[in-house]
Amino acid sequence: MIYLDNNATTPLHPRVLDSMMPFLRDCWANPSSPYRFGHQARDAMEKARERIAKRVGCKTTELVFCSSGTESDNIAIRGVAHALSSKGGHIITSTIEHPAVLDTCKALERDGFRITRLPVNRDGLVDVAMLEASLCNETILVSVMHANNETGAIQPIEKIAAITKKRGILFHTDAVQSTGKLPLHFDGLGADLITFSGHKLHGPKGIAALFVRTGTPLAPVISGGGQERGLRAGTEHVAGIAGLAEAVDMAFEEQEPENRRIGLLRDRLEKQITASIKDTRINAVHAPRIPNTSNICFHGIDGESVVLGLDVLDICASTGSACSTGDPEPSHVLLAMGLSRREAQGAVRFSLGRDTKEDDVNTVVQALSGIVSRLRSISSL
Amino acid sequence: MDSEPDRKGPVLFYTKAVIDHFMNPRNTGELAEQDTDGFGMAGDPECGDQLKLWIKVHGGRIEKISFKSFGCPGAIATSSMLTALATGKTTEEARSITDDDVIEALGGIPENKKHCSLLGVRALQSAINDREARIREG
Repeated sequence: MIYLDNNATTPLHPRVLDSMMPFLRDCWANPSSPYRFGHQARDAMEKARERIAKRVGCKTTELVFCSSGTESDNIAIRGVAHALSSKGGHIITSTIEHPAVLDTCKALERDGFRITRLPVNRDGLVDVAMLEASLCNETILVSVMHANNETGAIQPIEKIAAITKKRGILFHTDAVQSTGKLPLHFDGLGADLITFSGHKLHGPKGIAALFVRTGTPLAPVISGGGQERGLRAGTEHVAGIAGLAEAVDMAFEEQEPENRRIGLLRDRLEKQITASIKDTRINAVHAPRIPNTSNICFHGIDGESVVLGLDVLDICASTGSACSTGDPEPSHVLLAMGLSRREAQGAVRFSLGRDTKEDDVNTVVQALSGIVSRLRSISSL
Repeated sequence: MDSEPDRKGPVLFYTKAVIDHFMNPRNTGELAEQDTDGFGMAGDPECGDQLKLWIKVHGGRIEKISFKSFGCPGAIATSSMLTALATGKTTEEARSITDDDVIEALGGIPENKKHCSLLGVRALQSAINDREARIREG
């Protein structure tokens, strides 16, 4: 099998699995328990927190562990909305966010919040001037993702952070796709709230975190036993937290050479596809992108048919985000970039990873040219 | 037949018959002008799948049928199965083929793909209507 869907999830690295096993097998106590056995679990969890904080560049008290990137987005957006609703009811986001952000904003809209959704340009980059123009006295939060999950386009979040900071408005960024792929320093990034997740960087599923800058007002979304400084109640997933620390360590240790290698393979994939298949379009090609992601439209055919054709040959790729697979609507990200529905329908996303080899690229290109020409020969367009 | 999904590969989601008709669609391409007794089209490529379908009728029966599709796997497989079901049938029999008949012949398709099967049925009915109009107009 050739797996080119690393933006959906990544395989658990054996080193990460090893780091988790002691907490599943032996040290399984509740970290809140008052005896030594419980303290052991708590110590392990706090050591993991320290390791992560050191890597991503924040204080240990600024990390809140939770179950998924989606939950982390919810804690951030709903948390700020409810903490600051008396100050104002306006939230700014973008049209290309993950459903975890878009649908959370939609839910808040039904509760009476006003939501501005920023457009993007043809390369999938959020319009910063429009952001500035949309800010008002009622604005309490801006939530714009770091790297887009479908196109890989890196949003100008440092610029956004500079603007929100000047105006004293909170800024959340979903960095699920960029953490581990870009040299991030959370404190330096300028955002007040940053979401990242374990399973996108060879960690386990079921563990994610939210960076909460010291002093950021946040109302808890999940109440209960007061864990995670009251911001996310529920017994901590100690093994997951240990695994997340190992995965973050690994990603940051090997980031530079690994990203260079993957970036070269991605460029090679795109070059070979455009050389051997006519009428293609690489989306967001002029934008800065995370090095592993390629989103390509094959004109005149349907992306889902390409994906199934690849699946039959044991190659995993997807049309846009895994979360909306099966949805007959074309990608909201590509439509926001100004592509027609017909163009957007032909999109396939390839997201490479640490297991991707040069030979895989050749195999995939060869498979693609067969599938595309077969589908085009029966296309009614 | 084929209603039990195989525990391997894409057939977890699609039946073997769907994969077969997607990978090796029957009766694809256009019929030549002189062979075409009726032409039908369904769907709108600006908002989803599109299907074009041609029929040749001989002795009241569908002798040749072919299709071209801009569509998802469900649209391609159901169109292919529809042409297989319609071949050799009288136009009246062909007109009574329903989307459920097509889905049943494929051993089922995922719930969110069921609307795809309507395209073929609609295109075939429109091709049969087109043939009747051509006969009326001489």
